[in-house]
Amino acid sequence: MFAYLLRRLLYAIPILLGVNLITFALFFVVNTPDDMARMQLGVKRVTPEAIEKWKTERGYDKPLFLNPAVSGVGVVTDTIFFAKSARMFVGDFGRAEDGRDITREIGLRMGPSLAIALPTFILGLFVTVSFALLLAFFRATYLDFWGVVLCVAMMSISGLFYIIGGQYLVSKLWRLVPISGYAVGLDAWKFLILPVVIGVISGVGASTRWYRTIFLEEIGKDYVRTARAKGLSEPTVLFRHVLRNAMIPILTGVVVVIPLLFMGSLLTESFFGIPGLGSYTIDAIQAQDFAVVRAMVFIGSGLYIAGLILTDISYTFVDPRIRFDR
Amino acid sequence: MRAVRSFFLMLLLTLAACGSEQNDPYPTSERGQSIFYSAFTERPKHLDPAQSYTEDESIFTAQIYEPPLQYHYLKRPYTLVAGTAERVPEPLFLDARGNPLPPEAPSSLVVSSVYEVRIKPGILYQPHPAFATDGNGRLLYAELDAKALRGIDALADFPVTGTRELTADDYIYQIKRLAHPRLHSPIFGMMAAHIVGLKEFGETLALASREQPDAWLDLDRFPLEGVTRVDRYTYRVRLTGRYPQFLYWLAMPFFAPVPREADRFYSQPGMAEKNLTLDWYPVGTGPYMLTENNPNSRMVLSRNPNFRRETYPCEGDDGDSESGLLKDCGKPLPLIETAVFTREKESIPYWNKFLQGYYDASGISSDSFDQAVRLSVGGDVQLSDDMRERGIRLLTSVRASTFYMGFNMLDPVVGGKSGVGEERARKLRQALSIAIDQEEFISIFMNGRGIAAMSPLPPGLFGYEEGEAGINPVVYAWKNGRAQRKSVDEAKKLLAEAGWPNGRDAKTGEPLVLNLDTTSGGMGDKSRLDWLIRQFGKLDIQLVVRATDFNRFQEKLRKGAVQIYFLGWNADYPDPENFFFLLSGSEGQIAHGGENKSNYANAEYDRLFVEMKDMGNTPERLKIVRRMKHILQHDAPWIFGFHPKSYTLGHAWLHNRKPNDVANNILKYQRIDVAERVLRRHEWNAPVLWPLVFLGVGLVFLIVPAVIAYRRRERSIARSTSEH
Repeated sequence: MFAYLLRRLLYAIPILLGVNLITFALFFVVNTPDDMARMQLGVKRVTPEAIEKWKTERGYDKPLFLNPAVSGVGVVTDTIFFAKSARMFVGDFGRAEDGRDITREIGLRMGPSLAIALPTFILGLFVTVSFALLLAFFRATYLDFWGVVLCVAMMSISGLFYIIGGQYLVSKLWRLVPISGYAVGLDAWKFLILPVVIGVISGVGASTRWYRTIFLEEIGKDYVRTARAKGLSEPTVLFRHVLRNAMIPILTGVVVVIPLLFMGSLLTESFFGIPGLGSYTIDAIQAQDFAVVRAMVFIGSGLYIAGLILTDISYTFVDPRIRFDR
Repeated sequence: MRAVRSFFLMLLLTLAACGSEQNDPYPTSERGQSIFYSAFTERPKHLDPAQSYTEDESIFTAQIYEPPLQYHYLKRPYTLVAGTAERVPEPLFLDARGNPLPPEAPSSLVVSSVYEVRIKPGILYQPHPAFATDGNGRLLYAELDAKALRGIDALADFPVTGTRELTADDYIYQIKRLAHPRLHSPIFGMMAAHIVGLKEFGETLALASREQPDAWLDLDRFPLEGVTRVDRYTYRVRLTGRYPQFLYWLAMPFFAPVPREADRFYSQPGMAEKNLTLDWYPVGTGPYMLTENNPNSRMVLSRNPNFRRETYPCEGDDGDSESGLLKDCGKPLPLIETAVFTREKESIPYWNKFLQGYYDASGISSDSFDQAVRLSVGGDVQLSDDMRERGIRLLTSVRASTFYMGFNMLDPVVGGKSGVGEERARKLRQALSIAIDQEEFISIFMNGRGIAAMSPLPPGLFGYEEGEAGINPVVYAWKNGRAQRKSVDEAKKLLAEAGWPNGRDAKTGEPLVLNLDTTSGGMGDKSRLDWLIRQFGKLDIQLVVRATDFNRFQEKLRKGAVQIYFLGWNADYPDPENFFFLLSGSEGQIAHGGENKSNYANAEYDRLFVEMKDMGNTPERLKIVRRMKHILQHDAPWIFGFHPKSYTLGHAWLHNRKPNDVANNILKYQRIDVAERVLRRHEWNAPVLWPLVFLGVGLVFLIVPAVIAYRRRERSIARSTSEH
């Protein structure tokens, strides 16, 4: 297993390099260092000298990928790409264009993001799996039919509608919780309850349909018939046999997103005023803050790779036939 | 049944917990306190007075830093009064030999002007660790290293704070900071052209910074020729030539004091890594100090316990007394203890929290306009019944901003110089100025929140004139006591005279196609552009919209690669120079890299501009301003668009609010009736509990049939199994 993990981690390096390269190329296709300088310095009364000074100080006065003005390895290392990318591989994300430390900022914002994402994820998983099992239990009945109709309706509605509708009903009309905001510690619950509930409800439709399909496929298999033939109750059949055997496809979709929970949600955080990493990313894109965009894409890629590795590992727990060793 | 019982018990407990104001987003401990609640949309990028230049930042910086001058809170037109200075300084003009000249001396004789600023003694800085001293008077935190900073994550983690008296040296230090190579002050380039020696000073600092890239630059080691200390409380600034607008700059945070100790304190190793910078934790003498800085979520300003004695003004404009704005005359400022600013990125939560009483004031977004305001047939603005019932007040003012559609005068068609001829191009521009109905635009797209512009000057500035004298005679005629836009027929006539009858070239018959460069946007922009195409269509001119992103748009402007563009300008200070310079030949974008994006150049206008910018607000100046406006109206390098109106709503418990588009240090004048707020919030935010009951009952109705169905099914399976 160790050898497998090591191999996967080594594979991650070229992937991260590639992602970084693509991010870099895409960013600089639409933004020049001059644009970045103007965005930071403002558009009023900015002189060309000030822009040059800004670029020089932040190392944006160099060529993007290759520097023909120098010789040796300097051709590659004395470039914006190398100067801005190399340190990220040792976990140093540097400073945002406004001078603030990115690692510190990420550390501060990770908590609020997780405070929403984690309960939404766990509760959402519980609700959707339970609902899907219920529909599978009542398969081919009116309950199943209307349940599927409800799921299709729910997945057809935009996530934004749930947020605005939820804020309107729960916070504005019924005045049960604050409409937006955030607090640390125990005071956070009143700000989190609505976004979490909305997050769960908005995800119920699509996930339930997906899990229901998986469960129905399993229910038709021989081992389920055997279990029933042995006289096991339907809940025992569903929870002990069907659910366990349906875990592989569930884990494929679920475990991979666990590390990405750190990255936060763009929409939810904006509407509920949660100071998480989702809104940090959006702000950076709007401010053309390449340092932050690059760091967030890099972290996102790293976490996605971590999620894939975790998914592989999780298979070994639910399916004893899967082993990493030859 | 046990599960059902537990559920109901939980529900009852939840209902019992639901007292009043469950939706209060603030800690219970803050209830009943003199706290001003507001919101901010964009996180401030800079709080360092050398760098900060945007409105989002000045909400905070203007309350913390105190420049020597400020604007009178109530008087209009905007009037400069002393801030930390003892009086508004009178410039001393000097000739080439350094001899004093009378104030009315011609500008050609004035080689330099000297502003001597004397500040009030006894002003103290806010408590700050940079001033903390030991028993021997030595600074406690002046030589920290990474080890000493262990466990320090915020400014509040320093156990000892101190203060000291404000001196003239602090102002000199800040002026030097404008040239600091690591700070990139946006006004350095402009100020370097005015303050004697600032440009050279910047070069010296840049050299020193290159030699010691990570070391603290002690600016006191480097003399600045044009800024000198007279005594502990007095300093002099020497400017090249005459620059009367400098007084307005002295009312901005760029010229607020920065103590050398703070600069040194924040320059210590390890500080920046912890965001312990002046950009994050400002130090000032103002009425408030920043006690919580979380620009992602919440910023808190608390009363500065060391704030100097300043009192609420006792005189104002006509009507101020009647509207209760003089009730607090003579009371010591600030009138509010704390101000909490919460970040709201979306307008819907912002608006709803205002309606619930959790924000004391709010603007009106277009989404909530109809809910807040009613426009009468006559165009009068009134609050809606709902707002009036809540006691909400509406404050309106025309902002000191101008939005316009500019022509690139270097373009052969609309500029004419190297193409169709200047006269033809001028008539084309005039025709378009008439055809584009700004009043309709304001009505459709701005809910009436604006007034059509007659010239670059917005209301409130010297030279702006109401009535017949103020209209743009090229576009409007004065009829029945009001300005009436000329007819499209007149525009068509001008277009024909320009050689484009019915929108076609008189010689070739080719249709006239014009290009508008603009930034792209959502549906709102689409409908605006469609409207604009129709306006051009009135003259049978085809408009091609070249939408692009902001960066490309700016780049096109810099390169002069536009034909028509849309822009706006917010006043830095209330002087006509601040708008007329946008069309001065010396500011031409292509020729000089300046702010004149239209690259307009008119010899007479340029001459008058040079004359006007150095004058005081005299009748002679008014005459010149009128002539300059007339030249612009005739040449039409811009289609004068509109001056936006700001609509602000304030709750009944918020007092002393008067719209102010130039000054930002207005928090100290405001007052809150806390008891009234508590009462209203309680009244407006009683929770509605029936949905919870309904939800509980609904769940029972869902669960019970499911359980029954489950049991029936289990039994039926068993039965069918046993039957087999």
